[in-house]
Amino acid sequence: MSLALDIPTDLRPSGNIRKQRRIERGVVAILLLIATSGVLVTTGIVLSLVAPTIDFFTERSVSDYGGDDFVSIEDSATGGVRDSSALDFGDESDIVYAEPVKFTEFFGSTAWYPQYGEGEFGVWPLIVGTLLIMLTASIVAVPSGIGVAFFLNQYASDRVRRLLKPILELLAGVPTVVFGYFALNFIGPNIAQRFWPFGDVGIYSGLAAGITVGLMILPMMTTLADDAMSAVPRSLVEGAVALGATRREVCTGVILPAGLSGIMAAIIIALSRAIGEVTIVLLAAGSQAVWTFNLGNEMQTMASYIGFAGIGDQPVDSKGYQTIFAVGTLLFIITFSLNMLSRRVVRRFREEYE
Amino acid sequence: MSQPATISLTDTTSQGRRFRDVGFLVALWLSLLLALLTLATLVITTLIDGVPMLNRDFLTFFPSPFPEDSGIQSALFGSIWVTVTSGVVSLVFALGTAIYLEEFADSRSRVQRLVGLNIQTLAGVPSIVYGILGLAFVVRAPLNWGFTVGSAAATLTMMVLPIMIVATREALKAVPPSLREGSYALGATRWQTVYRQVLPAAVPGIATGSILGVSRALGESAPLILLGALAYVSYNPTGFDSDFTVLPLLIFKWSTEVQEEFRPLAAAGIIVLLAVLFALNLLAIIIRDRSRVKW
Repeated sequence: MSLALDIPTDLRPSGNIRKQRRIERGVVAILLLIATSGVLVTTGIVLSLVAPTIDFFTERSVSDYGGDDFVSIEDSATGGVRDSSALDFGDESDIVYAEPVKFTEFFGSTAWYPQYGEGEFGVWPLIVGTLLIMLTASIVAVPSGIGVAFFLNQYASDRVRRLLKPILELLAGVPTVVFGYFALNFIGPNIAQRFWPFGDVGIYSGLAAGITVGLMILPMMTTLADDAMSAVPRSLVEGAVALGATRREVCTGVILPAGLSGIMAAIIIALSRAIGEVTIVLLAAGSQAVWTFNLGNEMQTMASYIGFAGIGDQPVDSKGYQTIFAVGTLLFIITFSLNMLSRRVVRRFREEYE
Repeated sequence: MSQPATISLTDTTSQGRRFRDVGFLVALWLSLLLALLTLATLVITTLIDGVPMLNRDFLTFFPSPFPEDSGIQSALFGSIWVTVTSGVVSLVFALGTAIYLEEFADSRSRVQRLVGLNIQTLAGVPSIVYGILGLAFVVRAPLNWGFTVGSAAATLTMMVLPIMIVATREALKAVPPSLREGSYALGATRWQTVYRQVLPAAVPGIATGSILGVSRALGESAPLILLGALAYVSYNPTGFDSDFTVLPLLIFKWSTEVQEEFRPLAAAGIIVLLAVLFALNLLAIIIRDRSRVKW
């Protein structure tokens, strides 16, 4: 490790060598400690997600707030199936119970009403909402992102590039809450509500949210695709030009196939960003997890549901509180898999040129 | 994989080819226009809505349920508290991690691979998941800090850490090996080399990356929704155990209000937020351009 040790004795620095070595070892220890602390964060994420999720599926939860929104007294009093056990504690009638949610209900039902009565916990409306908004966003962002990247990579002069890059960075730096405001007050009324051919579009719509999420990920998509295109060896491009190819033919015939692995990875990363978006969807697509395939409707994504559930202050260990973790686990697994996939795509489909 | 050489060379002068070339360029222009128009429309519509609200009262009044005497003072201070804290803490951790990985660890060692993979994983985690982590670990049980400035700063620190680490590693990688070798040849130890040669040379890159990381923390709203910062707080934070709100969340809350009067408030808040963020971005760009040293 320490280079100083390999140097002949008479060439060593004149300072106190033993002291130097102690400092060196101390520094390495501290740095190692800091470097591995990041692993603790990951462990923390997994632990904080997994434990309450297991509770969600296996444990009866107690909620000592008689009147909270998620499991109401009335339901326990009328002896709903979930809450019938509350009758076991005659004198503690304020205690309300919710039975564990069955795995088959979570993945088998299309009703998601965690906050009404005893609650219904079918996650499909959230999954479909997520897919619809992701699809809309990708229709907006993928072609135009690749288009801007082609422009920057093959058409723009150095000066234009130096001007455009910072502008795109500015757009990339716009906070999501600003995009959310934009979706609600501009994209919704001026675009989503005017140009949707299939029925009416309300104030809150998956369409407005999806378009805006697409605009939000556009600069990221562009940057990643541009990087992938820059990795294509110049000699390939020059060869094509020498054979008489036009700029367009270079783009579609050389850059696109040669940079395909990186561009596909860029798409996957951008989409995983779209899936995890909370604020825009929460502001623009409303707060109802509607079971629908119509983009004109209100809808919730997995991520926006988590944000929505977090707004209300719910008692710890209530089923409503635990949905945050159950849905969070699902979201984490999906985005994690997408990121793994993007890495695999890069490795698997890379064209080797050297 | 597919053959790149699918270019037809027989019709070099055909009309159809020229036509397709022009059509393609038009499509690219439209894509670019979409990006530029988005930014322009977003800024202009917000300015139209918000500029009339921008005055001293807006900056000095506290948020309240009544639109006519609402301002952003506590959110402004909350944002400063949370962002500065998470910026400083994550910079320390990012520096330590990046220096270890780039300058000390053997690139084939298991620790290096584990930590590298871990950072990539963390960078892909949606921000709301950090909110869940903050809620479960910092606000509640193990740390039990409650809905406070400290919890928010801790959560945002974890969120921006991977971004800062990646940026710092890039900055260290950009320092040429010859600089290190020269230092070793003169008898310096590894740490002396890092501290006296590599770090000073990497300062501009690290600064740029840190500024971008801090901007992320400043504009972030999703994880803080889970941390209970979504309220009209009518006093400034006094310490890490204070209640707080931040500017993005105040904008969020104003945007969700049904009353029309809140909309200009949200727009004015956005103008303040964007002004700070654009200034930070500009600073990062200037630092990067100024320090473009060719080694």
